[in-house]
Amino acid sequence: MTKHRAIIALTLAAGLAAAALASPAVAEEQTPPPRLSWSFAGPFGKYDQAQLQRGFKIYREVCSSCHSMDLLAFRNLADAGGPGFSEAQAAAVAAEYKIKDLDDKGEPIERAGRPADHFPAPFPNALAAAAANGVAPPDMSTLAKARTFQRGFPWFVFDMVTQYQEQGPDYIAAILKGYKDPPPAGFTLPPGGHYNEYFPGHNIAMPPPLSDGQVTYDDGSPQTLEQYSKDIAAFLMWAAEPQLDARKRIGFQVIIFLIVLSGLLYFTKKKVWHEVEKPREMAHGQDPAKTSV
Amino acid sequence: MSGHSTYQPQNPVLKWFEARLPIGGLIHSSFIAYPTPRNLNYWWTFGGILSFMLGVQIITGIVLAMHYTPHVDLAFKSVEGIMRDVNFGWLLRYLHANGASMFFLAVYIHMFRGIYYGSYKEPREVLWILGVIIYLLMMATGFMGYVLVWGQMSFWAATVITNLFSAIPGVGDAIVTWLWGGYAVGNPTLNRFYSLHYLLPFVIAGVVVLHVWALHVVGQNNPAGIDTKSDKDTVPFTPYATIKDGFFMACFCILYAWFVFYIPNFLGHADNYIPANPAVTPAEIVPEWYYLPFYAILRSIPDKLLGVLALFASILILAFLPWLDTSRVRSGRYRPLFKQFFWLWVIAAVGLGWLGSKPPEGIYVILSRLFTVYYFGFFLIILPLLGIFEKTKPLPNSIADAVLEAKGAKA
Repeated sequence: MTKHRAIIALTLAAGLAAAALASPAVAEEQTPPPRLSWSFAGPFGKYDQAQLQRGFKIYREVCSSCHSMDLLAFRNLADAGGPGFSEAQAAAVAAEYKIKDLDDKGEPIERAGRPADHFPAPFPNALAAAAANGVAPPDMSTLAKARTFQRGFPWFVFDMVTQYQEQGPDYIAAILKGYKDPPPAGFTLPPGGHYNEYFPGHNIAMPPPLSDGQVTYDDGSPQTLEQYSKDIAAFLMWAAEPQLDARKRIGFQVIIFLIVLSGLLYFTKKKVWHEVEKPREMAHGQDPAKTSV
Repeated sequence: MSGHSTYQPQNPVLKWFEARLPIGGLIHSSFIAYPTPRNLNYWWTFGGILSFMLGVQIITGIVLAMHYTPHVDLAFKSVEGIMRDVNFGWLLRYLHANGASMFFLAVYIHMFRGIYYGSYKEPREVLWILGVIIYLLMMATGFMGYVLVWGQMSFWAATVITNLFSAIPGVGDAIVTWLWGGYAVGNPTLNRFYSLHYLLPFVIAGVVVLHVWALHVVGQNNPAGIDTKSDKDTVPFTPYATIKDGFFMACFCILYAWFVFYIPNFLGHADNYIPANPAVTPAEIVPEWYYLPFYAILRSIPDKLLGVLALFASILILAFLPWLDTSRVRSGRYRPLFKQFFWLWVIAAVGLGWLGSKPPEGIYVILSRLFTVYYFGFFLIILPLLGIFEKTKPLPNSIADAVLEAKGAKA
């Protein structure tokens, strides 16, 4: 018995040691982004309305000149759990945009946007976007869920318990702050590229989009790159997962309900099984129904 | 534990109906009076959990299908439309996507339990093989469902997996073209996957009926691995098994809810939130977690055809388990050597799962090969030989004795 145990232990140890040694060798050349604190993290997380509004301002004034956000409509700005615009405000934002449409005779026209319209794309199609930028800038609707970084073993196990799910916004915020010009010595940057510490492979096509003081905030928040990068990342998280507030709120209620239900079922089960768990033969001659659970 | 009752309706309408179609009696004998061994532990609750998960998947799936559009240009958008604009669409989709993972988690526990306690042995061979068929159908259904999202990982997983068939000598390429319905993964592929993804769950439900039928013919195995001999060994299904299954199902739902509401994308891949693009290959193509052990086996073999054969063999070998395991003792509890090889096999299987998510290079390849060899060695060498050489512990005389022994040891 002990001999087998020893063999198992040795095999395991060898395996783990080998895996541990191997990890650094194949580590991706991507620096893990620093972990930021987000209002929407954790079981009681909620979007910060003011932050989403600031993020939207950045999207409108900076990002939207190259990035589309096809899946979002102006009406979404007034949705519960979003940036908290009133319907009139969302309609006013929509009216500032020109939307391509057809008139009654089928002639192409441009008209003012309505709440039901989706955010118009800056380029007519992906080819035009790629021609103007070198690479087509990705659509921003699901970007915060489409970007991540490897956490590796054992961290991904802990993430399951601690609910660390904000890799996307952490990564986006890190990219916006991760530019280095000139690149570190020894790194040759291909033409048209920009060095970014957090981008896989470090060569990113997007030029540094944000800098201190670039966007004016009306609520007195610091107008720094640090703040901008957090605000836009939070906004993009909302754009990708607009139902997060409701999801976490309902989730808490569901889990409390299930815990209470499980508890009740547990005691019911104990009661039902009492006679089997404490069989007649074990009850020292007593009637098992009269023994306590 | 008074004697097991039979169904005798008093109501005249029920009596009239029962004389013409005895469905009440069938339900009564299957789910109320059905004798279950009294020593079943919580590992035996996963059969009920699996039926529950199949129900959840079918119900959420039918509603999702009302809002989904199986077209290459619209599929991704329609899924996002479900997430954004359908009332509680996000809940339906997260329930369905994480439900698949929970379904597989439960089926793996169910299978590990079956192997540990020798539930596949005579007279339960057909029951076990039906289970293997259900598992194969689940794998096909899960894969095709993942493709329907039509994100980057959907598209490239479909490409990689269908391409496996091109390894078949001579007709491989023709088969792949036939599977695709064209010369690349495209709209015909998406359409047929949608059709089959809707069909297969009902096929699964049908085989589940056979699985439960076979179970009720031969009776449940139990942790002692010995046959039930008298009424003292069993308890009626209701209330004993129903309340125990119900309790553990509720516990399982807590885990399920944790994933759905708090970490709904944890088990998915970020790349699947990028719409499918045949022109851009993702940095790494990784299947869903529940296929990773088989993916690792596929990649651990340098030859494509042999790799594909090993992949299929690693699943099909399960069907031969009743004859590969030559020991006449069912339960691992009384098999000291088997127990240790079994846990090593679990480590190999889970380890292969982890390796499947790693790039196929360096030490990962070496470990994958080691674990693959052990995975097959366990079935083909260890199990047949163990039955001959292993000295098993004495079996208890009856289930009632086994229960008393365990209680006595504690007291």
